Amino acid sequence: MSAVKSYDHPTNADRFNKDQSRTHWHDSALWFIREKRDRMANSLPEWETLRACASQIKSHTVSKLADYLEEFERNATARGATVHWAKDAEEHNRIVLEILQKHQAKRIVKSKSMLTEECHLNPWLDKHGIEVVDTDLGERIVQLREEPPSHIVMPAIHLKKEDVSDTFHEHLQTEEGNCDPNYLTESARQHLRQKFVQADVGITGVNFAIAETGGFVVCTNEGNADLGVSLPKVHIACMGIEKLIPKVDHLSIFLRLLARSATGQPITTYSSHFHGPVEGGELHIVLVDNGRSKLMDSDDFRNSLKCIRCGACMNTCPVYRRSGGHSYAATVPGPIGSILNPLRDAKHHKSLPFACTLCGSCSDVCPVKINLHEQLLTLRSEVNRQKQLPVSKTMPMKIASWVFQRPKLYAWLGGIGKFFLRTMPRFLIYNGLNPWGRNREMPESPPESFRKQYAQRKKSQKSER
Amino acid sequence: MSSKDDILKSVRNKMVPAADLPNLDQDWIQYGDAVAHFGDVLQAVGGTAVVVEGIDGLSAELAKIPVYTEGRKTVSCIDGLMGTVDIDRVEDPHELEDVDFAVLPGEFAVAENGAVWVTDAKIRHRVVLFIPQHIALVIPCPSGNVEEAIVHNMAEAYRRLSWQSNDFGCFVSGPSKTADIEQSLVIGAHGARSLHVFLLLP
Repeated sequence: MSAVKSYDHPTNADRFNKDQSRTHWHDSALWFIREKRDRMANSLPEWETLRACASQIKSHTVSKLADYLEEFERNATARGATVHWAKDAEEHNRIVLEILQKHQAKRIVKSKSMLTEECHLNPWLDKHGIEVVDTDLGERIVQLREEPPSHIVMPAIHLKKEDVSDTFHEHLQTEEGNCDPNYLTESARQHLRQKFVQADVGITGVNFAIAETGGFVVCTNEGNADLGVSLPKVHIACMGIEKLIPKVDHLSIFLRLLARSATGQPITTYSSHFHGPVEGGELHIVLVDNGRSKLMDSDDFRNSLKCIRCGACMNTCPVYRRSGGHSYAATVPGPIGSILNPLRDAKHHKSLPFACTLCGSCSDVCPVKINLHEQLLTLRSEVNRQKQLPVSKTMPMKIASWVFQRPKLYAWLGGIGKFFLRTMPRFLIYNGLNPWGRNREMPESPPESFRKQYAQRKKSQKSER
Repeated sequence: MSSKDDILKSVRNKMVPAADLPNLDQDWIQYGDAVAHFGDVLQAVGGTAVVVEGIDGLSAELAKIPVYTEGRKTVSCIDGLMGTVDIDRVEDPHELEDVDFAVLPGEFAVAENGAVWVTDAKIRHRVVLFIPQHIALVIPCPSGNVEEAIVHNMAEAYRRLSWQSNDFGCFVSGPSKTADIEQSLVIGAHGARSLHVFLLLP
């Protein structure tokens, strides 16, 4: 499966669905994680209180973001860190490159950071002759395959162990056909340990930055972020400005929610709190806007800035599970990505708000209570208003609207539909013209319409009285 | 205009409704037996917890761990327990690359998630928390009361912490792990392949 080129979600999803057994496998793998998340959420009676608190803390932070950013910079600087500000991806990349060049760094180890993905840091550094090795196992797998991550927490969730085995055989000279996850992980461990030891600089993302102390927290299960930054003398941490929280005590809320929502663990194995550089070393923190401040103005979409990138909305989304992360053609896929990407680039990502059934499951699991499905609905009308919708979508809507305004016609057409569904030969219903009949059975037509049942019920109630 | 001013200006000029911070002083979860709960959760994430008495008790428990007794290069940052390498004499942390086992001080534990708070205040090179093949964390209970070394939840944990110095701090919950290959849980991704927690009575 090579990287998807098209921005059109239905086209990409179609390609993913070509292999039906794989689609089912992907679906159940993610549902398994969703169930683990439920068990974890149920283990805490205060789960809803935690969600409400987290949401409120984020609302508050956004309302005073400028003050908190200044407070953060002041405190981080006082602890010996250097804070950089980047308006966009390009400036972020330039800043990182300058720091690396100043130290004549050639070999970089990087732990997971969706921000650096968003800024396309790796190809940029590559172009300047600097080797960047992604050290999260999933990220390393997709990096060797020259693919983007398909999930923000589990970057290689779309791959089977056979795929990983082939990739490692090719790049790490592992035994051909050995698909044992223990063996493969051990091989990656040996390979990446060399990279850690040789690294000149470590780059990490940031899960939470604390205005009050000027520190920040990075969460991993593998310990790769920590290994990456505790051997070299230079640590560069890249963060979006929305990662800020006011006080260190607020971490007690977010660390309780993050891993439980993400993978169904009580907490990540390592939750590392960085305050200032290592002795004799340097700590650089790059604060990046890249379109985030634009979202603050909108009452409809401001909430999306609360996202803590746990991926719970993806794991639960029936569309994501059956279309794969790559079909979104975006760094952040799934429900939250379907909001963030069109807001940044409406032209390319206009199909994403429609990759949604409006089932609301994403909003139910979101640990910071982002009203994801409502925002997706609002975005749809936005896309329509910008006249970005294809006729295949607008025309049926116009016809439906015309029919719905004529109840008698609607009732009559309903009867016709039932008749055809019951009497037409199979090939006339299940053909290329009816995408709803693909890979699934059409609903059985009921013996009588709801309208008729309702009328009868009313009549019998009246006679009872 | 600098990018900083630019960003601050564009962030400040937004019409964002005011919102208060929530009260963090709530009825967070309490466990009937926090010590037992800590042990259970830690076990579920791949670690073990044992109560020991004095350095002798600690040594006796460590002696039961083959990777400790067989370890050629060991580090101890616990008073009264010797390792084969004196970490304070190591100048370059890269020299710790092949440490087999490290015994390090933990400050306290959290029952709800099996985490132990560790800082580098007494550890010269913090890489020694991540690079050894195996790790043991020793949490002192000076009053002789194990309960005092364990908090129920993360809210209590943060109440115990202060942020005066630049120490690096980490909640460690179990050994290093990954499930990136077909969701199969594999222990020992980059960091420690095992984690033993000892609650040390005087």
